[in-house]
Amino acid sequence: MSVKTRKFVFPGDVIAEGNLKAGAHTYYEEGKIFSSVFGLCEIRNKVVNVIPLHGFYVPRVGDVVIGIIVDNSPTSWQVDINSPYMAILQVSDALSKPVDVAREDIRKYLKIGDILMAEVIAFDKLRNPLISIKGNELGKLEHGSLITFSPVKVPRLIGRRGSMINMIKKELNCKIMIGRNGRIWVSSVDPKVVNLVKKVIFLVEEESHLPGLTDKVRSLILEEREKIGE
Amino acid sequence: MFGGLYTTERKLINENGLRLDGRRWNELRPLKIEVGILSNVDGSARIIQGRTHILVGVYGPRESFAKHINLPDRAMIRCRYRMAPFSVEERKSPAPSRREIELSKVIREALEPAIIVDEFPRTTIDIFIEVLEADGGTRCASITAASVALADAGIPMRDLVAACAVGKVNGQMVIDLSDLEDKYGEADVPVACMPNKNMITLLQMDGVLSVDEFTNLIKLAMESCKRINEVQRNALKNGVWEAKGIILEGSL
Repeated sequence: MSVKTRKFVFPGDVIAEGNLKAGAHTYYEEGKIFSSVFGLCEIRNKVVNVIPLHGFYVPRVGDVVIGIIVDNSPTSWQVDINSPYMAILQVSDALSKPVDVAREDIRKYLKIGDILMAEVIAFDKLRNPLISIKGNELGKLEHGSLITFSPVKVPRLIGRRGSMINMIKKELNCKIMIGRNGRIWVSSVDPKVVNLVKKVIFLVEEESHLPGLTDKVRSLILEEREKIGE
Repeated sequence: MFGGLYTTERKLINENGLRLDGRRWNELRPLKIEVGILSNVDGSARIIQGRTHILVGVYGPRESFAKHINLPDRAMIRCRYRMAPFSVEERKSPAPSRREIELSKVIREALEPAIIVDEFPRTTIDIFIEVLEADGGTRCASITAASVALADAGIPMRDLVAACAVGKVNGQMVIDLSDLEDKYGEADVPVACMPNKNMITLLQMDGVLSVDEFTNLIKLAMESCKRINEVQRNALKNGVWEAKGIILEGSL
């Protein structure tokens, strides 16, 4: 069993051999586990994973995502969730009361261009993902700004048990909601705060693989806050 | 024009064994690969190999532009190879030529075995290749750069694909042919391979070679691809990588 951890791996590199399971962004061939992307490899509980450095969002059941409505049919909305597959929001997953879609136009509830915080409730690649906005903190987002971010770097932005994002929220004193699909909602109408959040997030994106990032982010916030005189 | 069938008298290698651009027979052209240079695509790369200069952009996997082209079990790969009108000495008409359409297909088929297409059914991966300056070996440089751009987009692949042309010029085996060597040499063999797997994904030949010469050239090509693969990996890791005067070891 040969193993190397926290190392750069490239598509086609052998990561491990032996009694291990092939996890995310890897594939198994002839008794060996290979990386399928460029990233950092990691072995946890006998599962070999690769953390990609570039990439896109693939929906997973249970993920909270931020979507933008792009179209609607008489009974559902099509929602862009920044992934290869367009999400579908059924009327029954959006409204708590029963709606007679034959009589009512669902556009009076949600329109094209509306931004939603939603949860993926079903997805199997053969059909487009279904999302729901029924639940705590889910629903239409208003009075704020949308920031886009690299989906593969979302776990770093959240940090271990939310350490990074909680620190940013505390230091900046604003509400930030993160979608697993690389979209971030900042609930502030103050452009100064939004710009600062953008700057912070950009720093996390650029230096996501370097150590000591939380401290660096904190000092950036303090420095910038002084500049805008808060 | 007639491939290698007519050996011309043109001298492409001098008495000291140096080629027109001063390289030895076993020397690659200076190679530079840059990654992530375009902002509006999902993955991109630029390759400068000698005087050949190519830009590659990759989109996807994304929702298919037309639903009827969706494949139910895998992702669809579309590839467009295009030469800029100013990329060659005589202005090239911007309309897609027979050669460009053929190369688009050949490049797509060289990359297809490497991309894990069944992971994203019903989607499309688009590869756009723009040749800004052509000086031989554009199909190979395109494949090399396109596989880097695919990795930059985070598209799962079994291996990176590296490509290199080898051939016979003035009776001698040479690697990484330039435009004139390609035109006036005896034979030209573009090879693309997955270096970690030792698998060939593209093999073409234009000209006349004996079986022995051919097998030797394949070995040379695989060795060249491995050296190019090192540059690809360094470029992915560092964003940009330049390698000058790569010389293959051993002799024929």
